[in-house]
Amino acid sequence: MLIRSRSSFEPKPSEITPESIYQRRRDFMRAGLGIGAGMLLPAMAGARTSLDFAPGAFGTDEKWTPYDDVTTYNNFYELGTGKADPERNADQLRTDPWSVRVDGACANPGNYALEDFLSPWALEERVYRLRCVEGWSMVIPWIGFELNKVLSQAEPTGSARYVAFETILDPENLSGQRRPVLEWPYVEGLRLDEAMHPLTLLAVGLYGETLPNQNGAPLRLVVPWKYGFKSIKSIVRITFTEQEPPTAWNRAQSSEYGFYSNVNPDVAHPRWSQRTERRIGEFRRRPTLMFNGYADEVAQLYTGMDLKKHF
Amino acid sequence: MTAPPRRRPRRRPATLPRGVWWLVLLVGLLPAAWLAARTAGFLGGLGTNPIERLLIESGTIAMIMLLSALAVTPLRRLTGLAAITRLRRMIGLLAFGYVTLHFLVWLGVDLFFDVSLILDDLTQRPYVMVGFAAWVILLLLASTSTDRAVRILKRNWSRLHRLVYAAGVLAVIHVIWLTRADYREATIYALVLLVLLGSRLVWTVVQRRKVRGEPARNGVT
Repeated sequence: MLIRSRSSFEPKPSEITPESIYQRRRDFMRAGLGIGAGMLLPAMAGARTSLDFAPGAFGTDEKWTPYDDVTTYNNFYELGTGKADPERNADQLRTDPWSVRVDGACANPGNYALEDFLSPWALEERVYRLRCVEGWSMVIPWIGFELNKVLSQAEPTGSARYVAFETILDPENLSGQRRPVLEWPYVEGLRLDEAMHPLTLLAVGLYGETLPNQNGAPLRLVVPWKYGFKSIKSIVRITFTEQEPPTAWNRAQSSEYGFYSNVNPDVAHPRWSQRTERRIGEFRRRPTLMFNGYADEVAQLYTGMDLKKHF
Repeated sequence: MTAPPRRRPRRRPATLPRGVWWLVLLVGLLPAAWLAARTAGFLGGLGTNPIERLLIESGTIAMIMLLSALAVTPLRRLTGLAAITRLRRMIGLLAFGYVTLHFLVWLGVDLFFDVSLILDDLTQRPYVMVGFAAWVILLLLASTSTDRAVRILKRNWSRLHRLVYAAGVLAVIHVIWLTRADYREATIYALVLLVLLGSRLVWTVVQRRKVRGEPARNGVT
């Protein structure tokens, strides 16, 4: 199995591009800018900030997908439908100020400024595989904390069975939201037990730094055993519900994108196979693993369910 | 360029200035050079997912080339420049070449000749099936594109080569069916194809009215 315990998951040093090299390169570029156009550039928008974090409880020793690939090849339709659009249009996303509302079937709802929402939780690093429904995958070192901490604090009522998530709606700035490619705002949902699972992460960073806008700053979901579109970006609202909440891609094309959308090589997308995937950086396709390789951790969530029906 | 519009341009195609043919060929080969350069890492390379990018770019060029081939006849009728018919075979063969490149990237690079994946796609993925069918049609047309084939097949040659309309329709369906949500590009292709095929229909109807009582024998061309 690819999942290792905490003590052994650390990637081999040779497999990681050292953070120091990235940092040095950026410093170099910033220095160059300082000489050249520094006077013309006020505070650089979306400047990268290092985060304090500890190694996390789950991981993989697979090779990390390079930072530049993780941050320039994105599906974030609010910033454009092309893979390079989100990075290009990243400054359309205003993350300051940011607030997160927690509401619905819970005893302790609230509307938090981002800082207050985040401050109780210690950050940890989780190196997860990400499998896009389109047939490509990455390995990303996320920084975040388990969603179940936030959910427990909100004290869901006995009737809460699902958790719904909502992305920011700002068509004035987000050019992608001015076109009806999807129904805006983007919404997602998990069953409560999926949301409470220790693998389910609320991420605020990657590669040790705050999330770039194109990766869903300032706060996003990461559900590593589901197709990437379930991991909703730039979250402004978390709602406990009794009924299964609507999800954006399911609303757009229900025959192709189910509520569960677990990574499953045996259930094809109606238009293309899901048996294999291309890991970014690799030439040959590789077999796609059940639950994206997290079967040991999550298969029991779906005992007795027909996964061909509940795809 | 030198030839004035003639009354029956189809029967006596004017000659094309020699340089024009070569110039169009050169322009038609530029995308191949551009793709080759990017594959070699120049001009920004192919990005994070190079094989997907190569598939998309080769497909886009193939589509544009196929639509260009289909545009020759309407353009000739519109402008009266009979000579541009002499470009039609070359543009058609270029289209076939780019569709073949697209096909080979899928077969040999993306799926790496994995027979089970290929069969899976060909039997279960409708967008792959229609794309493959379009390529088979173009293969048939390319292999009967010689002067000799025209002589041997006589009237059947133009009948056979009307299959290019089917190839165009299949190619556009291919793009529509593989699109996830953003249909802008597919819409453009569909509209262009609609105009190109629609103009033939209009032309045929107009011709039939001109020759009262005597319906055009060849139908659309």
